[in-house]
Amino acid sequence: MAAWLGWVIESNWTDPFLFAVYSIVKPISGAAILVIMYGIISQGNYDNALFPYIYLGNAFYIYVGAVMTGVSWAVVDDREHYKTLKYMYIAPIYIPLYLLGRGVARFITGSIAVFITLAAGILFLNVKINFAEVDWLLFFVTLILGVVMLALLGLLLAGITLTVARHEGFIGEATAGALYIFSGAVFPLDVLPEWIRPIGYFMPTTYWLELLRRSLVGNVAQAFPTLASFSNLEILGILFGLSLFFGTISIWVFKICDARARELGLIDRTTNY
Amino acid sequence: MSATLAIETKDLGRIYKLRGNKKEARKELVALEGVNLTVERGELFGLLGPNGAGKTTLIKILTTLLSPTSGWARVAGADVNTEPDAVRPRINMVSGGESSGYGLLTVRENLWMFSQFYGVPSKEANERIEALLEMVGMKDRMHTKSSDLSTGLRQKMNIVRGFLTQPEVLFLDEPTLGLDVGAMRDVRKFILDWLKADKERTLLLTTHYMMEAEELCDRVAIINKGRVLACDKPSVLKHRLQKDALFEIEVSPLNGLTQQMLVDQPEVTKAAVTETETGAKLSLSLVEESALARVINLFTQKDVKVMNLTKRQPTLEDVFVDLVGRSMAEEEQHGQPEA
Ligand SMILES: Nc1ncnc2c1ncn2[C@@H]1O[C@H](COP(=O)(O)OP(=O)(O)OP(=O)(O)O)[C@@H](O)[C@H]1O
Ligand SMILES: [Mg+2]
Repeated sequence: MAAWLGWVIESNWTDPFLFAVYSIVKPISGAAILVIMYGIISQGNYDNALFPYIYLGNAFYIYVGAVMTGVSWAVVDDREHYKTLKYMYIAPIYIPLYLLGRGVARFITGSIAVFITLAAGILFLNVKINFAEVDWLLFFVTLILGVVMLALLGLLLAGITLTVARHEGFIGEATAGALYIFSGAVFPLDVLPEWIRPIGYFMPTTYWLELLRRSLVGNVAQAFPTLASFSNLEILGILFGLSLFFGTISIWVFKICDARARELGLIDRTTNY
Repeated sequence: MSATLAIETKDLGRIYKLRGNKKEARKELVALEGVNLTVERGELFGLLGPNGAGKTTLIKILTTLLSPTSGWARVAGADVNTEPDAVRPRINMVSGGESSGYGLLTVRENLWMFSQFYGVPSKEANERIEALLEMVGMKDRMHTKSSDLSTGLRQKMNIVRGFLTQPEVLFLDEPTLGLDVGAMRDVRKFILDWLKADKERTLLLTTHYMMEAEELCDRVAIINKGRVLACDKPSVLKHRLQKDALFEIEVSPLNGLTQQMLVDQPEVTKAAVTETETGAKLSLSLVEESALARVINLFTQKDVKVMNLTKRQPTLEDVFVDLVGRSMAEEEQHGQPEA
């Protein structure tokens, strides 16, 4: 139900051109810029393992922006824009489930963007994936687990968003931006100063991206020391553990924020965005 | 079921903490204080009060959107603060004067979606939607995207959303605000018909239209500055004033006659003066009808001519004036606590 609503809202088919721009042109041009930058810095050395590392990390990172921010943005959207949040609230539905449903729709649109980015990379941008060597089972298990994890992180942000009446739109973006840096999306964590790295080690997204890379390009991804000493299964275990940890925290934080929002009267607050 | 009250509040209060400047101490605003109300099942209960009286705050608490800072409230038998999950399936709420809804969805889709949240079987939901839209004269707009509706029509759609789930207790916050006269009449009739269909249905509405409260409501609570000043049947509230005789008098220009001079007359308890193009309109409240002679006498002295004189029955407006000391319009101008 919520997913259907999300789908209608997210895929504004009334304007297919805008939709195309948003979900196709934007990710591809983002990836292309990255490729060009890489090309200049490495002087055209696309065979280095760093290249697929960057490209895949960037491609799958689209899910973070889509699913995680999608869930938390639903709060802003319903509260400020459609003015329906209060009606959702008094309805006999479990609000976290509704918000996660909105994330499902973002997952679908996000998948289109990820797929197109990958296809473009393989066809035009020198990204080499040997399909015979792809570990499909690992790939899909990781993908699903990761998306669930992202949706739960989104719930955490949604809770915080509920209790903040101003500038709430930035919370999702800021978190997505920070995760981009700390999760080794486009550069290995080793590049960061040592004292910052633990943040990355604590982020489930780090292990998620690493596993996705490994499942698609195998050993190339392991060429970097960050997580090289861990086996796939170990990383999957860590990812699962961290997801469980953050998932539990998310639901708990959401509950607290929800009670707080009711105390402060913020559920139907609008701020003239 | 019918034994329990639809709504019950006990010493209900709500204080808003206002974030002032950093230098200023945090201010507190008392939006509701010591509210004790009981509403029986089947009642159409009205909350009447000027802007900022606390009507919306009370509705928010009763619909589980806001927690009270003191006291408690039960709706449909469950505590709104500690058992919101028991309250929510039994209620619904509509606030007027705002346009909500998913613009991309059609009227039918918007409504259908909400019905699904309440677990109404899809087929039945569609039948109800059609019937309700028919009743508010919007059936031809069923497949219009809600973003393409006028504000008034969107409000009607929102009202239909409230009725659609057949709540045990329905809260309407200024349902007719911003509607034109025809639509207002439609909505009022619709409300009455809906209640008639099932005598267990309870409806609480807020308004600051005196006539609306008087025409529709079984009982009315008059609320000002967060306090309930009186609560009873409109006829009983008015009856308390029956001992006073009320006169509306249109006169020629006042020639120096002042409101004070009128009130100074013995047996004139209240006088309101509004200047008009042709002279003035006086609204007098007299202890006894015989006092009218004295007032006319005063007119003659000042050479003020009476053009029209009517005796009228007290309205809720008079009740409000009696309780608060000034009219609701005046209260809205002067009585606003600064926010
Ligand atoms: N979220 C809030 N934070 C701080 N103060 C608030 C908040 N909501 C309402 N108030 C204040 O509480 C008081 C009561 O407001 P409320 O909205 O309940 O009045 P109302 O009777 O519904 O008025 P109206 O007729 O204008 O709708 C007002 O003084 C208002 O400024
Ligand atoms: Mg109000």
